[in-house]
Amino acid sequence: MAEKQQIEVKVNGTSYKREVEPRLLLGDFLREELALTGTHFGCEHGVCGACTVMLNGSSVRSCLMFAVQANGCEIMTVEGIADGDKMHPLQQAFWDHHGLQCGFCTSGMLITALDLIKNFPLADDHEIRVGLSGNLCRCTGYQNIVTSVREAAKQMRAKKAA
Amino acid sequence: MKPPEFEYIAVHTTDEAISQLAKHKTAKILAGGQSLTPMLNFRLVHPDMLIDINPIKELDYIREHNGGVSIGALTRHRMIESSKLVRERLPILAAAAAEVGHLAIRTRGTFGGSLAHADPAAEFPMIALLLDAEIKARSASGERSIKSKDFLVSYLQSAVADGELVTEVHIPGLPAHTGWGFHELCRRPGDFALAAVCAIVTMAAGKCTDARISMAGVGATALRAPAAEALLKGKAPDAALFKQVAQKASEASDPSNDVHASADFRRHLVDELTQRALKDAVERAAKA
Ligand SMILES: Cc1cc2nc3c(=O)[nH]c(=O)nc-3n(C[C@H](O)[C@H](O)[C@H](O)COP(=O)(O)OP(=O)(O)OC[C@H]3O[C@@H](n4cnc5c(N)ncnc54)[C@H](O)[C@@H]3O)c2cc1C
Repeated sequence: MAEKQQIEVKVNGTSYKREVEPRLLLGDFLREELALTGTHFGCEHGVCGACTVMLNGSSVRSCLMFAVQANGCEIMTVEGIADGDKMHPLQQAFWDHHGLQCGFCTSGMLITALDLIKNFPLADDHEIRVGLSGNLCRCTGYQNIVTSVREAAKQMRAKKAA
Repeated sequence: MKPPEFEYIAVHTTDEAISQLAKHKTAKILAGGQSLTPMLNFRLVHPDMLIDINPIKELDYIREHNGGVSIGALTRHRMIESSKLVRERLPILAAAAAEVGHLAIRTRGTFGGSLAHADPAAEFPMIALLLDAEIKARSASGERSIKSKDFLVSYLQSAVADGELVTEVHIPGLPAHTGWGFHELCRRPGDFALAAVCAIVTMAAGKCTDARISMAGVGATALRAPAAEALLKGKAPDAALFKQVAQKASEASDPSNDVHASADFRRHLVDELTQRALKDAVERAAKA
C-alpha cells in the first residue's frame, strides 16, 4: 500500500488531523473518516454534482480531489451551512419552496447555489439554470430549485443592503 | 469506482516538478484533476505515481507580454473567465472559458491541463489553435516552445513528452479592427460541445484582410479550416459569402458518429455555427 500521509484540514470550523492513503477521495474522507455523510457520491466522475463542497470559499467536486490535496485547506460541507439550529436563508428557501424531494442532490445544490450567489449577481432564472447545470436532480424537475435559489438570493441581497 | 493505488508527491516549484519528473519516468502530472481523476476513478489509467503541481504558485498568472497575453499553466478556468486583462485583450478566450464545464469544474481545472489533455471537443485547444498560441514546455533537458498546430497531435494526445511539464501558453496580440465570434451547441450548458466553431476576422476599408476559423468536437483534434479562411480574404463579407465559407468549413471537418450525435448532424452544425461566428466577428470588427 502507498505510504499514508498526514494531513490537517479545517472542516466546518473544526480542525482535523488524519493519516490518509493518497488515493482516498476527498468525499470519501469526509464521509468515512469524519462521518460527515451529508456530502453524497453519485457518479464519481464529476458529472452529477452531488458531492460538491466548498474549498477555500469556492465550490469543488469532492470526487475529483484527493484528501491529501486538501491539506491546509478550509472546507465547508452541507453540515456547516446552518447557524447552529437556525437554517441559512438558502436552506429556508428550499424548505419554503419545496426545493427538494428525496434530498440526494440537495447538499450539492446548496453549496453550488452559495458559490453562485456569492460570486454572480444572478439577475434572472436563465442564469440560475446555467449556474446549476452541473447538478443533477431526478425528483423535482428543477422548477422549485430555481425558485428557491432566486428567492434566497433576493433575501440575501436585501439582508446585505440592510 | 475508486482510483487504483499510486504514490503521491506534491511539488512547490517548477524546478522541483522537473527534477521529480526526471526521477520518475512513469509518473503522471496532477493539475486540476478534472480529467485525470475521472480517468483514475474509472481505472482507465494506472500511473504508479502522481506529481501534484497544484502548490506551484509561480505557474498561476495571466500577464501582458510582447503585445500578447501569457498564461501560466496552472491558471484556473475561473481566473481566465474573470480576468480583466483577458476580457479586454482576448474576449473570445473569456467567452470560451465560461463554457468550459460547470462552476465547480472551473474552480479546479487549469489552462495547461486542458491543453495537455487535448480533448478534441474542448474549448481551449480550439481557441489556442485559432489564435496561434505557443505552448512552452520544460524538462530536465531544457525548454521548448511548441506551436498549437504541432501541439495538438491526436485524440487525447498532445506533444507533451514524458518528463515534460507545460509551463506557459503565450497568445499573440490581435491586430486592430479584428472581431471575434464563438458558437457551440451543447445539450446542456457546461457539457462538452457536440460541435463548436470560433472565428476571428480583420477588416480594412470594408474588406476582410485576414480570417481564421477553428472548430472542436468534429475531428481527432481541434481543426483549422484553411480553404474556408482563404475564401474570405480580400472580399467584402456578407451573408451569401458566409454561406459559402461555412460550406467549406464543414467540408474541412471530420466528425464521427457517437451516442451524442451523428457525423452528418455535426457537419450541419459546423456549417450553421460558422455562419453565426463569422457574422459576429465581422460586426465586432467594425467596432474594434
Ligand atoms: C463534468 C465535467 C465537464 C467538463 N466539461 C468540459 C467542457 O465542456 N469543455 C472542456 O474543455 N473541458 C471540460 N471538462 C474538462 C476540464 O476542463 C479539465 O479541467 C481539463 O480538461 C483538464 O485540466 P486539468 O487541469 O483538470 O488537468 P488534469 O485532469 O490534472 O490532467 C489532465 C492531463 O493533462 C496532464 N497535465 C496536466 N497539466 C499538465 C502540465 N502542466 N504539463 C504537462 N501535462 C499536464 C495530466 O498529466 C493528465 O494527463 C469537464 C470536466 C468534467 C469533470
